[in-house]
Amino acid sequence: MALNLENIRAQFPVLHQEVNGRPLVYFDNAATSQKPKMVIDAIAQYYNKENSNIHRGVHYLSQLATDKYEKAREAIRRLLNAKAVEEIIFTRGTTEAINLVANCLTRSLFKPGDEIIISAIEHHSNIVPWQMACEQSGAVLKVIPVLDSGELDMDAYKALLNEKTKFVTVNSISNALGTVNPIEEIIALAHAKGALILIDGAQSVPHAKVDVQALDADFYCFSAHKMYGPTGVGVLHGKKEILEKMPPYHGGGEMIKEVTFEGTTYNDLPFKFEGGTPNIAGGIGVEAAVRFMEEVGVENIANYEAELLAYALEKLKEIEGVQFIGEAKNRAGLVSFNLKGIHPYDAGTVLDKLGIAIRTGHHCAQPVMDRFDVPGTMRASFAVYNTKQEIDVFIAGIHRVKQMFG
Amino acid sequence: MTIQEIQDEIIEEFDMFDDWMQKYDYLIELSKDLPLLDEKHKLDENIIKGCQSKVWLHAEKQGDSVRYTADSDAIITKGIVALLVRVYDQQKSKDILENELHFIDAIGLKEHLSMTRSNGLVSMIKQMKFYALAFQAN
Repeated sequence: MALNLENIRAQFPVLHQEVNGRPLVYFDNAATSQKPKMVIDAIAQYYNKENSNIHRGVHYLSQLATDKYEKAREAIRRLLNAKAVEEIIFTRGTTEAINLVANCLTRSLFKPGDEIIISAIEHHSNIVPWQMACEQSGAVLKVIPVLDSGELDMDAYKALLNEKTKFVTVNSISNALGTVNPIEEIIALAHAKGALILIDGAQSVPHAKVDVQALDADFYCFSAHKMYGPTGVGVLHGKKEILEKMPPYHGGGEMIKEVTFEGTTYNDLPFKFEGGTPNIAGGIGVEAAVRFMEEVGVENIANYEAELLAYALEKLKEIEGVQFIGEAKNRAGLVSFNLKGIHPYDAGTVLDKLGIAIRTGHHCAQPVMDRFDVPGTMRASFAVYNTKQEIDVFIAGIHRVKQMFG
Repeated sequence: MTIQEIQDEIIEEFDMFDDWMQKYDYLIELSKDLPLLDEKHKLDENIIKGCQSKVWLHAEKQGDSVRYTADSDAIITKGIVALLVRVYDQQKSKDILENELHFIDAIGLKEHLSMTRSNGLVSMIKQMKFYALAFQAN
């Protein structure tokens, strides 16, 4: 189905402005996406008419806000095709979701000598929590290497797995390279060794249909702000039986059933992991973001973005000196590249002056930059409101950069 | 020339430019003029790391004054580095510590000193002053 792009773009107020005297071309969607009016309105409506603390008031507003917040949890369940709403834990983002799992498993599962496997193309947020977990528990971190193509070395992964492997985690799509990892196979292999597995879906959920039941990962997490929702909200999906066995994360209100000075009994899922007043407005914004994605159609979004990426790759390939960082057969959402002899900082600065927003630098994935021996890359990442005409503007910008620094 | 005079001179030079393109072309020119840091000083301990671009800074005491040489892996950063060196090089430690840099703002390059740029320039200025302070104490 062809998308009505004009209609989609009309829903994003931020797109309709000039930056440095040029129409904004926003290609930094892997960092955060823009928000449609329905998300902005839902948040404004909450503060204008519905603001109240949730889960504990008997008054009208508290009930209203609670219903809306819990409706967001149901929307996420639907988006992920999760078995039950109890499996949907709200966090501040992907980073907190990963830290939650790392922290709780450090206190309940990891023992000295256990092995935790991550990949060489993880975001810092899926590296550092595991380093901390290893430091505290005595477990050992193992890293799946990446091939020159930007794909994970699956033979090396198989060789790393053994009876000491307690945990495996990889991203579904690499934020630095755009590589789509074969997570179905990675999950099955981890389970065959009896290890738990977490998938960082931060770059997947905005761009593709995710079915957590079909995937069968033990944990799956992502951030709302990369999928047209507000910042400060993320989701951890976990299998109920595993979440139930895990100790709680933050202690506080909301996550308890009964508190005495002798001891505390913890609340049921999902509240056990949601200590403190949550980001209520954010949750309500997420519900609108899910509706936006459903209205456009998650598959339509995926197909259209694949078309944009293919077009950008085709145009970039025509430019002399473009060096792709990562050329996996299966990639999505973004392209990471450099221009021969030109520092990404210089290129990004000039593109900014032309109204084009891309990301330059190490993309919070320094080990990836070291592996490919580059100081950083230029990354253009797409969302459903981007157009081929914008890619043409971007390509013209690259020519300008080459002219200035070449 | 004093630090203030050099800053005024730079502001005057940039006044000639009508748009960002001309300014950036000038920075690119300046980056080519910057005396390259002696390879022996291009050490890890002299790197000022930013997440976007790197700066190398070396300083030597010369009487009451400080000699600075620096480099960067990005050209625009290097152009700005060249300006910073031009302002502080061969000045007295006391003057380096007492004179604030206002020219960057005045020539419209302030954005390069913002936190988000993470290009090492803010740390470079701090480090230049740190050397001045250290040499003064000796």
